[in-house]
Amino acid sequence: MFEERKAVTALESSTQVVLGGTRGGPDVSTLRQDRWWLQPVITVSILTSFVIYATWAAFQGVNYFVGATGVHELISPFYSPCLSTSCVEGSSPFGFAFNVGSLSPALIILIFPLGFRMTCYYYRRSYYRAFWWSPPACAVADGHTNYSGETRFPLVIQNAHRYFFYFGVVFNVLLTYDAIRSFHVVGGGWGISVGSLVLTLNATLLWLYSLSCHACRHICGGQVRSFSQHPIRHKLWKLATPLNAKHMNFAWASLFVVALTDVYVRLVSSGAIRDLVFF
Amino acid sequence: MSTNTPTEHHEYDVLIIGAGGAGLRAAIEAKQRGLKVGIITKSLLGKAHTVMAEGGMAAAMGNVYEEDNWMVHFRDTMRGGKYLNNYRMAELHAKESPDRVWELEQWGALFDRTKDGKILQRDFGGHRYARLAHVGDRTGLELIRTLQQKVVSMGTDVFMECKVLRLLHDQDGKIAGAVAYWRASGEFVTFSAKAVVLATGGVGKSWKFTSNSWEGTGDGHAMAMWAGAELIDMECIQFHPTGMVWPLSVRGILVTEGVRGDGGVLRNSEGERFMFNYVADMFRGETAETEEEGDRWYEDHAAGRRPPELLPRDEVARAINTEVKAGRGSPHGGVYLDIASRRPAEFIRRRLPSMYHQFMELAGVDITREAMEIGPTCHYIMGGVKVDADTAATKVPGLFAAGEVAGGMHGANRLGGNSLSDLIVFGRRAGMGAADYIEGLQGSATLNQGEVDAAIAEALAPFNRENGENPYDIQRDLQEMMQANVGIIRTGSEVEAAIETLENFTERVQNISLKGGRQYNPGWNLATDLPSMLTVSKCTARGARDRKESRGGHTREDFPGTDEQLSKVNIGHTLAGNDWTASIKTEQIPLLPIPAELKALLEEGK
Amino acid sequence: MSDVTMRIWRGDSTGGQFENYTLEQNEGEVVLDVIHRIQATEAPDLACRWNCKAGKCGSCAAEINGKPRLMCMTRMSDMPEGPITVTPMKTFPIIRDLVTDVSFNYAQAEKVPALLPPPMPEGGYRIFQEDVERSQEFRKCIECFMCQDVCHVIRDHEDNKQHYAGPRFFIRYAELEMHPLDTNDRRDLIREDMGLGYCNITKCCTEVCPEHIKITDNAIIPLKERVVDAHYDPVAWLGRKIRRKTKVSAQDAAVQPAP
Repeated sequence: MFEERKAVTALESSTQVVLGGTRGGPDVSTLRQDRWWLQPVITVSILTSFVIYATWAAFQGVNYFVGATGVHELISPFYSPCLSTSCVEGSSPFGFAFNVGSLSPALIILIFPLGFRMTCYYYRRSYYRAFWWSPPACAVADGHTNYSGETRFPLVIQNAHRYFFYFGVVFNVLLTYDAIRSFHVVGGGWGISVGSLVLTLNATLLWLYSLSCHACRHICGGQVRSFSQHPIRHKLWKLATPLNAKHMNFAWASLFVVALTDVYVRLVSSGAIRDLVFF
Repeated sequence: MSTNTPTEHHEYDVLIIGAGGAGLRAAIEAKQRGLKVGIITKSLLGKAHTVMAEGGMAAAMGNVYEEDNWMVHFRDTMRGGKYLNNYRMAELHAKESPDRVWELEQWGALFDRTKDGKILQRDFGGHRYARLAHVGDRTGLELIRTLQQKVVSMGTDVFMECKVLRLLHDQDGKIAGAVAYWRASGEFVTFSAKAVVLATGGVGKSWKFTSNSWEGTGDGHAMAMWAGAELIDMECIQFHPTGMVWPLSVRGILVTEGVRGDGGVLRNSEGERFMFNYVADMFRGETAETEEEGDRWYEDHAAGRRPPELLPRDEVARAINTEVKAGRGSPHGGVYLDIASRRPAEFIRRRLPSMYHQFMELAGVDITREAMEIGPTCHYIMGGVKVDADTAATKVPGLFAAGEVAGGMHGANRLGGNSLSDLIVFGRRAGMGAADYIEGLQGSATLNQGEVDAAIAEALAPFNRENGENPYDIQRDLQEMMQANVGIIRTGSEVEAAIETLENFTERVQNISLKGGRQYNPGWNLATDLPSMLTVSKCTARGARDRKESRGGHTREDFPGTDEQLSKVNIGHTLAGNDWTASIKTEQIPLLPIPAELKALLEEGK
Repeated sequence: MSDVTMRIWRGDSTGGQFENYTLEQNEGEVVLDVIHRIQATEAPDLACRWNCKAGKCGSCAAEINGKPRLMCMTRMSDMPEGPITVTPMKTFPIIRDLVTDVSFNYAQAEKVPALLPPPMPEGGYRIFQEDVERSQEFRKCIECFMCQDVCHVIRDHEDNKQHYAGPRFFIRYAELEMHPLDTNDRRDLIREDMGLGYCNITKCCTEVCPEHIKITDNAIIPLKERVVDAHYDPVAWLGRKIRRKTKVSAQDAAVQPAP
């Protein structure tokens, strides 16, 4: 993992490179004839809808928990763990809380899942393309004249992705706890309701999304140079690699289901629907 | 604007022409000796035909079979070459190739591994033991990339997309440089060098069906000969019986023998499985007599004899050739190789995945649904510049040759996997030979300006002609003529006809006229390649005329057997004059006598 | 078969325009076949780079209907109706017609510090299939430079050519960083001089790669993570400090004579 290695610098290049030379082809932003704009349009629509809904839901500060009034205890993933002194009774898993006045409890914690997704290698690809047009699609001209990539503040923060991953894992543990608790019937015993299945699906997808993360793959074993000398890391890496190939699918699926879970808990909590109990 | 005299001049100790495996390996060696080295290539660096080699490089490392050693490899090579080889080259090759392969690993090559972490070696036709170090089916790419990266890290000058027209002599007749032009600008450039290494590869572009790229025009063969060197074994050309002839997009691409091994059969335009008509007496005992019997063999080798589609390569090729000539060929001059109607699609995809994908991707041909149009395809030339085995020196002082352009190593037929190892063994030896030669060199050289002027005048002549011929037409006609008359199966009358026709081609080439300017003009580039193509074609045709026997890559329909007297000689060609249009002198050259201890090795295996 | 119109950009550094060539379409052709037919008949001086015509050398990269493709791997039958546009790669200076000056890439190749292996033991190194597989993927690269061409960092921002190596060289650095025999550390070099941070992983390089190398997922992102290890990660930095100490003390212990 940390083999002693000698840092080296670039060699001199003798080949003359023409900078600013005339380029061939017509001076147009793209010659593509296919519907390259479709993908960015879809991405913008979905991500914008999610952000609008999540913002609205996070600022509500109510209807995020189904406690003693229901059959199964359900908590919205936007509000878990609930760490504010204003948390609804029974919704806070720990013995402590922060006094943030009338601020919604969601706002204390949302930075972590938000940060994890914002710095995610897959989401970066999507929003750089769709929102920032840098580039909007392959072989379509960048929408900006200057470009410094992720070399400067603020985008250099993207390098912190692995820390958001660590936090994400902690959140996954808590949401798994929520999912398990949701099988517990208020007043004793265990059972299954639609709500408990929704929370379980949500926790599962969030695990898949986290474990398929590129930083996770690197930490598992991607960082080693010789797999034969690190057989356990190699095994872990071999587990993470096929998941990583599906990172995009997990990213979208978990995004939908997180919102769906909040919607479901909100509807049950507000009394609009009843949590359907199987047994 | 373009000028008619070279405005650019470079001086090197060693000038290497060609940036394939052999050229790059020679450059590394000369560089390591502290010499100033320049490499010239017609293409970009890393695009050489070496990348097409798939199977691997033969080296008796004994990683898979401990019994393997250089003596067995030597014997396999000599036997494969029908004993026409330069024995010393085969010996050096067998002895040195393991070290050359290990050296590549130190430079970054990543070969496939055995279970215990050594370089994995695979089986190949003609090799007694599994001997080919490989990386999947892209060993050639691995070789070129490794050498390219090594050369670049050593800071070597590489002249890319630069076409050499002529080698230049000094006042004493030694090789002293070359004259070339940049393809991009069309400007001429001269090089002086104390030694020149030719590593220009093959000649396949003179045939209609070939696996070679546009570069395989025999420039090195021809330039060496024009400069006074001798070519040998030019009639020995390896043809593969089943190369694709259609669609165009895959023409020349080889169809592995595995297709026939897995049930593929050959049919003519009448749908007849014609191979049953071509079973020679010596194979009758082991070959099926009926289709039913042949089909049983696929299921159980004991239940029938081998189907005739699996006869040796030259037998199959001869049969295809005869069918096509009798007018029973496919529309594009081949025959049909059909596995689609004989095996389920699933079976074909599982057994022949790379074939399936290659044809699907490149041509949209689904080999599980339709028959392939195939025919004999020119693949590799065993013949080349006659060199000294240890130093790769030609008979012209200061001129060295290595790789496909050099002759002798492979005799009359090359074993698969021996070409990549040939490149690195003799590439290195050429670099060494050139360095040693330079050490012994005295006095300074003056380039022969007359040669420079003549080469440039000749190259520019087509621009000054009007209403001459299109070089593409000449190339196409030459390819068709050579394919028809000096193809895989030759007869005396056709070869004689080719020799005569080639004189007409010489006149046609001198009547080319061109459109456009000199800047990156492929028409002009082709016009400057045609003299080389003609020179090698002439030598091949003359060699084919004089070798009145069938041996290895040379098959005479009118002399199907081997000849005792011809087994002791190479057929050599020299130019009787210093102009490419001068007449060629062809004569028999006795083979080097094999020392007794090596002869004993050969006897052992018999 | 019906005719096809090829709309080919012809010109040089002084300018150029599209020229149309209409010719009969043959069965089973790729774009390069059609270009060759145009060369052999109407336009012998039409400049185009090619070698193997089998998708193995990477010479014939151009932009077909606006997208970087290998001309030898683009089948005419897969093309949409209407004229087919063929233009040179946009990122590199034009030489003529479809040929561009790709020396930017060769200059980058010269800057790469070579592999530095330990001395070879008798009978060769012992390295295993799992050690070589990752780097083998990157060594499939045929250097067509289409990933360099499509990369907006240099395609749309010429000034970045001074401090950005591009996807082809990121896979080269990844190959060396994952090479089981290498003893060099190129992580600072990759961050500082090769401009890895300019890449915003929009994955166009992966999309155009004819060898289907997963450039972004398997090379660029692992490199970014390695740069984090070396440069941005305080925990990893601390880990290195501790490890180094224990390693040294372990070595000290090793030289102690046995009692």
